[in-house]
Amino acid sequence: MFKNAKTLLIAMITIISLIVIVAIGVKTELIILDPKGPVGIIQKDLIMYSIYFMLAIVIVVFVLFTFMVIKYRDRKNLSSKDYKPDMHGSTMLEIIWTIIPILIVTALSIPNAKALYELKEPPKSSADKEPIVIYATAADWKWIFSYPKENIETVNYVNVPEDHPILFKVTAADSMASFWVPQIGGQIYGMPGMVNDLYLQADEPGKYEGRNSNFTGEGMTHQQFNFVVLKEEDYQDWVKETQENAPKLVEKTYEKLMLPETVDEMTFSSTHLEFVDHGKDSEYAMKIREKYGVEIKGMKVKTDGNDENDSEEIDSKSEEASSNSGSHSNH
Amino acid sequence: MTHSMNVDPNTPLEYQSSIGRLNIFGFWIFLGAEVALFATIFATYFTLKGSTGGGPLPIEVFDLKNTIVMTLLLLTSSFTSGIAIHEMRRKNVKSMIIWLIITLLFGLGFLYMEISEFIHLVHEGATLGTNAFWSSFYILTGTHGFHVSLGIGWIILVIFQVLKRGLTPDTAKKVFISSLYWHFLDFIWIFVFTSVYLLGMVE
Amino acid sequence: MFDFIKNNLILDNPMILAANISILLTVIGIVFALTYFKKWKWLWTEWITTVDHKKIGIMYIIAALLMLFRGGVDALLMRAQLTVPNNGFLSSQHYNEIFTTHGTIMILFMAMPFLIGLMNVAVPLQIGARDVAFPYLNNLSFWSFFFGALLFNISFVFGGSPDAGWTNYAPLAVEGSPGPGINYYLLGIQISGIGTLMTGINFIVTIIKMRAPGMTLLRMPMFTWTTLITSFIIVFAFPIFTVTLALMTFDRLFGTHFFTLTDGGNPMLWANLFWLWGHPEVYIVVLPAFGIFSEVIATFARKTLFGYKSMVTSLVVISFLSFLVWVHHFFTMGGSAAVNNVFSITTMAIAIPTGIKIFNWLATLYKSRIQFTTAMMWALAFIPTFVIGGVTGVMLGMAAADFQYHNTYFLIAHFHYTLIAGVVFACFAGFVYWYPKMFGHKMDERLGKLAFWFFAIGFNVCFLPQFLLGFAGMPRRIYTYAPEDGWTALNVVSTIGAVGMGIGFVILVYNVYYSFRYAKRETTGDAWNGRTLEWATTTAIPPHYNFAVIPEVKGIDAFWHMKQEKKEDKKEKIEYKPIHMPSNSATPFIMSVFFFVAGFGLVFELWWMAILGGIGSIGCMAFRSLHSHIDDEGYYVSVEEIEKTENLFKKEA
Repeated sequence: MFKNAKTLLIAMITIISLIVIVAIGVKTELIILDPKGPVGIIQKDLIMYSIYFMLAIVIVVFVLFTFMVIKYRDRKNLSSKDYKPDMHGSTMLEIIWTIIPILIVTALSIPNAKALYELKEPPKSSADKEPIVIYATAADWKWIFSYPKENIETVNYVNVPEDHPILFKVTAADSMASFWVPQIGGQIYGMPGMVNDLYLQADEPGKYEGRNSNFTGEGMTHQQFNFVVLKEEDYQDWVKETQENAPKLVEKTYEKLMLPETVDEMTFSSTHLEFVDHGKDSEYAMKIREKYGVEIKGMKVKTDGNDENDSEEIDSKSEEASSNSGSHSNH
Repeated sequence: MTHSMNVDPNTPLEYQSSIGRLNIFGFWIFLGAEVALFATIFATYFTLKGSTGGGPLPIEVFDLKNTIVMTLLLLTSSFTSGIAIHEMRRKNVKSMIIWLIITLLFGLGFLYMEISEFIHLVHEGATLGTNAFWSSFYILTGTHGFHVSLGIGWIILVIFQVLKRGLTPDTAKKVFISSLYWHFLDFIWIFVFTSVYLLGMVE
Repeated sequence: MFDFIKNNLILDNPMILAANISILLTVIGIVFALTYFKKWKWLWTEWITTVDHKKIGIMYIIAALLMLFRGGVDALLMRAQLTVPNNGFLSSQHYNEIFTTHGTIMILFMAMPFLIGLMNVAVPLQIGARDVAFPYLNNLSFWSFFFGALLFNISFVFGGSPDAGWTNYAPLAVEGSPGPGINYYLLGIQISGIGTLMTGINFIVTIIKMRAPGMTLLRMPMFTWTTLITSFIIVFAFPIFTVTLALMTFDRLFGTHFFTLTDGGNPMLWANLFWLWGHPEVYIVVLPAFGIFSEVIATFARKTLFGYKSMVTSLVVISFLSFLVWVHHFFTMGGSAAVNNVFSITTMAIAIPTGIKIFNWLATLYKSRIQFTTAMMWALAFIPTFVIGGVTGVMLGMAAADFQYHNTYFLIAHFHYTLIAGVVFACFAGFVYWYPKMFGHKMDERLGKLAFWFFAIGFNVCFLPQFLLGFAGMPRRIYTYAPEDGWTALNVVSTIGAVGMGIGFVILVYNVYYSFRYAKRETTGDAWNGRTLEWATTTAIPPHYNFAVIPEVKGIDAFWHMKQEKKEDKKEKIEYKPIHMPSNSATPFIMSVFFFVAGFGLVFELWWMAILGGIGSIGCMAFRSLHSHIDDEGYYVSVEEIEKTENLFKKEA
């Protein structure tokens, strides 16, 4: 079948590449396909379901394609019955290959619709438990978690108990960020002036990676947080210990968090909800930045009265705010 | 691209050259694009019109009398532009030009009143940057007004060309197309008047 | 002014400094060459002021290839940075600028001009016309595109590139980005967009009004059909973007509050408006690609395209649906289950007509006689590769699952599979296919196939692992990652693939030079035993008037039928008539320079310059109005000249 060295070489490169990719893929932790909670499981089931259909389509197309390309390649001694240059079409075929895709799309839409509505509700497996409400606020380039009922606040990490539904109220102080813990469930955007609800639940204690997946500028890559799942008793202990020992959140400290920079983990025994509700107030962070002299496009900076655009401030966004990086590692 | 001289005297002059026919058809397509343009601005306006915080409410500062006069001016100018085309069909060049000039005068009147309105609004604290509502207001009415200004300039150039070269298939084409533009602007204004001013007074 | 230049010239980054110097040297080199060979007048009369669609098409394609180079370098830089964890090669800021310019350039300044260039070269010939309906406007379209692209491209050496992604979301792009960068984005694309809208109008009128006698709509070649439908999408989608860009320009420059965080602005409005244009935009690039594949596949399978009517219907359905899916770009922005559900359904629905097309192409191959020329290789490779992109698109369209895929490398892999296998493969296929029509000789087959294999295999090696990276939780637009993330191996493989693509591109460009030197020159207009009218010209590169006598069309694949019928070569004397052709014009070029001046002024908030540019542009429009009757007169090609041109090769053959 392989007439010459060139074809053989190409075939071998293709096959070897495929094998390498598959081999590495098998060894990579595909965390989205290994969810540790009921929300992620709903999504994973839907993903696998769709993969089966898509694989089927791909196989059909690949098989037909390979057949056509090999059987009908131009060569000597082709019989004339295998060449019908004026073939125009076939209504029957058109109907078949319209109806089958319609059926496939319908088959995919139904579980998708079901999942969409399901995801707006707390997970069924823990219907008896009252969800813990945690505000997740994205602020360039950190994550601030407020527990209103427990009256504690953490920065860049969130502790939750296992097997317990958490209602994240996701919002943001400045940029549009995406709250995402891939191994636990899907993501949702936070925006100033808006609150988006996201139910998550973890079934296994551990430390999971949380990220911002929506581009928010220079520090976005490091806008990560630890999603820590503790056993119920350990969680209760931590809450109590924090309420007793962690410092109160002073407004000046919180203002520093509104400046565009990355910070270390922090813990407080009060929340910023006393000063501002970013879900209702979209202007707070910008006003604070203005106060500290950070240049903002579209707003006149009051402090230095210089509105000329200096190109050298490509990096100056964080330059001017570099005063204190406010890192109190209390965890 | 060949010029075909169509000698049927019943064909309007602007359709008698192949360039004329192509340009007119092309301009209709362009108007389709303009519809998409204004639709987007309207969509923006409707999305943001609730954001009136930090500035006066429309009902506090709109002068509906002024707006009604503006509307009548523009509507009438559309009508007089129609008369001008009618005169063009009857080959009455002088009459056509007079009606075009009247159209322009009404258009200028419209613009004058719109600019006065803007000045009044600014004095009342409703500027371009006051809030999202007023930004949308100015962009919607301002884009329309900008189009009207360009239209006035265009029609002046066309009148000048008719005076210089007389009524030919080429100049007839220009008169016709500029008048299509003018009617279109009137059409858009009806929507502006309704969505911005009428609805603004009600809410 | 000296301070202005000093402050904005970027000299501290070695790579950018090197780029600055190379650009300077290249410009000096070109100026020197033009002066030495005394080619300024030739450049001006033959190219800058031309209204000939074939030449305008070539200029578009040259620009596109230059942009493909720049966008490709951007890509290689990104891949280099991501090969190993914690790489210090590029800073976050620099990386952000690079991925922004990569995306914007590839879609708006590479794919669009490449396809528009091919449309310009082929469509008037395919319908048997002498030029487009508005040749002057065509020239304006090219120069607005060029100067808009130029404005965007100088950002990285002067003032700083935009760095908020090609999607440029608020609030990052407004409050979060002081400086000229984002202004370059807003104004460069705006100016360029004027040209595209004009092209859309031009081709609608051309195709509807200027077809050869006998060519009904349902006898048009498929590439002409896709051009027509695409032009309609352009006319309705581009004005949306015009407004969107203008609104953010006002926010940034004049203090309005459309997308701001303060005073009632709504950042989500940008996302909606951007994608209302943005989704139709990807169909604007993929539909002409489909048209190219239809032509190439039918030609080199030596068989009529299967299911012509079905193919046309599916085009119309796709174009209509393309306006109804935009929310799928932000399923995760907090929409209700109902809204996300509706858009999931419309998104998956658009896969249906697309799938129909794939099956029709496969059916075209059935009982055909496939010739594996380079162009055909690109078209064949498209079929299975694009399907991977398509099915992953359906997966992404399921909103509940998208909460895990969104903004990850799964998404990046999906759109590169559809855009590269769909659009870029088509650009290469069309380039090779219509090359003899543009330059009078074919590209070398051996080099062409070598380029193909490097690029096609490299592409899959680069992007297939990225699906897995998405499943491994890697988000897009991050400039680095940690070793613990577990993404290193797949990133290494991906980079190797990218290098393969780079090599393929270099070979392709080398092929241009090589075939210029060594390829046999075509003696007829029919390089490939073609089926459509563009191959029916008497010379390989058509005479500037295209056809001496406009052909009469009797069916689909008009030229194929003409050839079947013309068994006997009747040596009848053809009666030539003088042909009326449009004249060149300098006004569009000058107008576009004024656009550039206005744009540059706005980018740096130099109001006097912006006003000057604005007045200049309007002045040119006024000049055109007063002058058009002279411009439009054109000139006549005499019967003698026609006879000489037509018989040039007949004598030799």
